[in-house]
Amino acid sequence: MRLAFVLGEIGSGLRRNLSMVISVILVTFVSLTFVGAAGMLQLQINQMKGYWYDKVQVAIFLCSDGSTAPGCATGPATPEQEDNLRTLLKSPAVAQYVNDFQYESKDDAYKHFKEQFSNSPIVDSVTPDQLPASFRINMKDPEKYEIISETFSSQAGVETVIDQRQLLERLFSAMNAASLVAVSIAGVMIICAILLIATTIRLSAFSRRRETGIMRLVGASKMVIQLPFILEGVIAAVIGAALASGTLWAVARFFLEGVLSKQYPDTAFISPGQTLILVPALIGLGVVLAGISSLLTLRRYLRV
Amino acid sequence: MIRFENVTKVYDQKARPALDSINLEIDRGEFAFLVGASGSGKSTFLRLVLKEDRASSGAVYVAGQNVANISSWRVPRLRRGIGVVFQDFRLLPQKTVFANVAFAMQVIGKSRSVIRDTVPEVLKTVGLEGKENRLPHELSGGEQQRVAIARAVVNRPGILLADEPTGNLDPTTSMGIMGVLDKINQNGTTVVMATHDDDIVNEMRKRVVELKNGVVIRDEAKALYTSMIPVVGQSRRLRDASGRDEQPQVIPPRAGSRAEARAEFRTAGEGQA
Repeated sequence: MRLAFVLGEIGSGLRRNLSMVISVILVTFVSLTFVGAAGMLQLQINQMKGYWYDKVQVAIFLCSDGSTAPGCATGPATPEQEDNLRTLLKSPAVAQYVNDFQYESKDDAYKHFKEQFSNSPIVDSVTPDQLPASFRINMKDPEKYEIISETFSSQAGVETVIDQRQLLERLFSAMNAASLVAVSIAGVMIICAILLIATTIRLSAFSRRRETGIMRLVGASKMVIQLPFILEGVIAAVIGAALASGTLWAVARFFLEGVLSKQYPDTAFISPGQTLILVPALIGLGVVLAGISSLLTLRRYLRV
Repeated sequence: MIRFENVTKVYDQKARPALDSINLEIDRGEFAFLVGASGSGKSTFLRLVLKEDRASSGAVYVAGQNVANISSWRVPRLRRGIGVVFQDFRLLPQKTVFANVAFAMQVIGKSRSVIRDTVPEVLKTVGLEGKENRLPHELSGGEQQRVAIARAVVNRPGILLADEPTGNLDPTTSMGIMGVLDKINQNGTTVVMATHDDDIVNEMRKRVVELKNGVVIRDEAKALYTSMIPVVGQSRRLRDASGRDEQPQVIPPRAGSRAEARAEFRTAGEGQA
């Protein structure tokens, strides 16, 4: 009975205040879309980092079938060449710059490749033989990349030495800047949303002051009086969060998957499914926003 | 049922207290009129019983319990034991008579079947059977006040507070309302009624507590609106009487001292208007 009563109150409150409720929905929708966009950029950065990015700085790619580099004249790198390189990495001249290194076989490379490009059609056309084996080096000082590069690029069996960090770092810093901008806009919009929810609840409390006054007099509990107002704000915010989640999913599905991943098949993009992990966060944030602003408002405008 | 021990209520440190060391006891099942000019402290008295305000000093006991010791989350329970009726009815305009009365039961979580049984019974008590589905604006003032009384007593409170319940009604209708209140009182509910309506007080011959400037100046059983014993030298001390929450009512002056008090009150009230 009491539940039905509270639900009825919420329904009438939402109907009476429809234009304000719609504006709350839209503001939370926009602000949470920006929050979600920042989240998606971070997910995308993680995706592009792949397996090695946070562990090593420099990769020595060994010759494989079809390598055209001068060091690869004798064909794919032989086990002896690999042993030589391993010895060289352990020699004092090199070891002083190296924290540690790992060997990535063709099969390992294939496995990591499949993980990173799981959302891309390219994964079906690649076989383990096409991927080079490599030594992945964790540098004591990443700035000393030149020394490793000079020492190893002329060795037999080495196709190329790449400082992977440098390649991706500039892209990532651009993406981090973009997500910072998104978070800043989201911050402003969230303030907007909190104030708007507070105003909406205030109006709602004002337009129902007769009812709440009578409820107070006949001894309705604080919860029965306040809950409809709090839930009104929460419902509006959750609808906004759901719209924001839908928008992010649509961006991942139709823009990243539908357009970008076809234009740049060698870049790993996040899948629409991965954006769904943002949904609980966005909805939770919406609920917290609405809850906090309504608690603060009710304390001032709805005396019990 | 209601006991005031040395209760003082100060709204503004500079002005005189709204209630000044009141000592008063109203027993279970009693019917008491609270009379006095606007600003004499009647409404403050009722607000203190409901714990809408805290007494500045002294203790207010309701049903044996000191209201100052009731924690804020238990105040609703206190208020369930007290019904309140106002001069302006305070009905919900978009709800029917039945829904208005049922509302008081819904919000405290009574079940649908209990509501279906109780509401018609209470409407019968106040003389509104057959009007369950009317909206408030389709009723006369007296009928609207009966709805308000039904709502106040539907949860069977031990105390009924009425703040000038006949203030908006003509004399005949007022007497009908008094009949309803009397009936409720005879069922065992303590009734405290603040009023300006001398005819009613004189007709009913119940206990009369007269307040003036926050002090009880008369407490008589089976009394009249104005005292039989003239009080000398009281009326001139009304200079700073300030009408706080009651509108001054234009009532043709009858007793000499009241007319004077009223004229003085208007002079004092002009600054605020």
